[in-house]
Amino acid sequence: MKKFGIVALVLLVATGMVFAGGQRDAGEIRIGVVGPHSGDLASFGLPTVNAAQLVVDQVNAAGGVLGRQIRLVIEDDQCAPDVAANTAARIVGEQVVAVIGHICSGAANAAMEIYTGENIVSISPSATSPALTQSGNFPTFFRTIAPDDAQGQLQAQFVAEQLGLTSVAILHDGGDYGRGLAEFARGSLQENYSNVNIALFEGITVGAVDYSAIINRIGASGVEGVIYGGYHPEASRLVTQMRAQGLEIAFVSGDGVQDQTFIDVAAAAAEGVYATGPMDTSANPIAQAARQAHQERFGEDPGPFFMNGYAAALAVVNAIESAGSTDSNAIMNALRTAPVNTPVGNITFDERGDATGVGFAVYQVQNGAYVELR
Amino acid sequence: MDFDYFLRLLFSGLTRGSIYALLALGYTMVYGIIKLINFAHGEIYMIGAFTALIMASVFSLMGLPVLAILVLSSIIAMVYSSAYGLTIEKLAYKPLRKAPRLSVLISAIGMSLFLQNYVLLAQTSNFLPYPSILPVVPVPRLLRGIVNSQQIIIFTTTAVVMVILTVLIKYTRMGKSMRATSQDRIMATLVGINVNRVISWTFLIGSFTAALGGILISSFTGQINFYVGFIAGIKAFVAAVLGGIGSIPGAVLGSLILGMTESFAAGYISSVYEDVFAFIILVVILIFKPSGLLGRPETQKV
Repeated sequence: MKKFGIVALVLLVATGMVFAGGQRDAGEIRIGVVGPHSGDLASFGLPTVNAAQLVVDQVNAAGGVLGRQIRLVIEDDQCAPDVAANTAARIVGEQVVAVIGHICSGAANAAMEIYTGENIVSISPSATSPALTQSGNFPTFFRTIAPDDAQGQLQAQFVAEQLGLTSVAILHDGGDYGRGLAEFARGSLQENYSNVNIALFEGITVGAVDYSAIINRIGASGVEGVIYGGYHPEASRLVTQMRAQGLEIAFVSGDGVQDQTFIDVAAAAAEGVYATGPMDTSANPIAQAARQAHQERFGEDPGPFFMNGYAAALAVVNAIESAGSTDSNAIMNALRTAPVNTPVGNITFDERGDATGVGFAVYQVQNGAYVELR
Repeated sequence: MDFDYFLRLLFSGLTRGSIYALLALGYTMVYGIIKLINFAHGEIYMIGAFTALIMASVFSLMGLPVLAILVLSSIIAMVYSSAYGLTIEKLAYKPLRKAPRLSVLISAIGMSLFLQNYVLLAQTSNFLPYPSILPVVPVPRLLRGIVNSQQIIIFTTTAVVMVILTVLIKYTRMGKSMRATSQDRIMATLVGINVNRVISWTFLIGSFTAALGGILISSFTGQINFYVGFIAGIKAFVAAVLGGIGSIPGAVLGSLILGMTESFAAGYISSVYEDVFAFIILVVILIFKPSGLLGRPETQKV
């Protein structure tokens, strides 16, 4: 395994040198693709390389962008922050116009220190750490995946705007996922919707014999809805007991509950429950075409973050095209203003670099199945 | 409003306490007779609930009325679980009757793990929806919004079971034998009491009430999986220790105190801390009364 890794690395370095030593066509546009391409996490990085390859081949076959051919500069960062910093420095030396990557949040954070200094645009298909966009430290960072806190924000927005509630209780199961989600929802409510009163922020005991006490408390606090961060076993019990005690208020949860098992267990009580979950892209024609192209070229189904990588590549190409230049500021401006059709939807990027229209949707249980609300 | 809230917490504490009590009885009775903490007891509760679920599904397919489903499936489940209880005793504890107490304890833990995994394999690892076989009917206006019919059924059933059990132990021949066995097993044998039969009866009764508890609470909370018995069993064990293990009134008292503490802690302080407060109560009581609230070694134990 180790030997294989070394061989792979040697090959990679060799191909890198071939690229570096290849004819330097002044007309070509270089785009970096960086991520873990060897080691444990290679399976997260390689699908994005395939995606970028597919997009670029398509664009080049159709005459390139701005009349110039695109060449990919593929580099391995092994998902390690220290390696990523070196890789970033090297790729900057290659005079890339933009970078598709990095894959891991930690590596992206390290690499962005360098890209920011050099004013190079980077679009990550998979780094979900909220701080990357929200800290404001990395104005050249963009991503085609929703940050970890997007669900919490969506829940807050849904509760405040769609449901129009003025008072909610937020519950969580005390776990990393559940508590994190609940805290993001609370943070978003406090920040953006101060008219919504958070009457209760409470953990519940996983596996407790019954939840009537906390449900009584919710009832007594007079809230109009409950936001729950956690998984479906507790959620179904909470909802069942809430309905049994005549508490017919809105119940909003996340992708830990957006699961058919929840509906099977909670049965009638599940009706009307809201849950945020990843948007369904299987019906998107671009996603279908991308999947098919991948199967034809590589003989298998695409791996993780392939669709996000595909979207990142399309976004870069589209931005260069509509900016009419390879200047970083022009590209960033185009990313923020020119919408692009991708496998994950028709997207633009907001001021902070998060893709609007990517990520999560609100689902509601209707007649025993989750239905996406639009 | 505030008083209503207090009452609601009181009743949810009472509901919890009743379930703990139904389970704690088995712990305390078995401990009284053979000085064994029967860790497989929570699994009997789980098996009772599973059996009732299966029977209720069958009966509702047959189109029986709700009340008939409730009564029939509960009785079948209780009998079936009692058979389990008896079998466990014969298989895992009886051969070890003369062995050190630690060996029996380990055997009990092994039994608990075995039964959990048996149900996991034979049924499913997923949570299953539990039909609400307890009827939901309107309650008198005074109590509306404070307590629902399912809760009332739970604690009246528990109260009735307690009364029957008290009569059984105080006035029947078997009850007297049980008390005698718990006081001095060797002496009981000498005066002609069939100790093995007494022990079997103890397991039978304990399993009966545990299964009943499992059916009631599962129907109230609406879901079940193979693991529910473990957590409930631990809580009931704590309740039995709190009340003084070996004492039947102690088990009931301990269960009610535990249920109320959890309910009030969750309602007035924070539900994160409901277990914390439950165990604080346990620690405090054991510091001042090491044998539990009603567990005086010199009094009679069953």
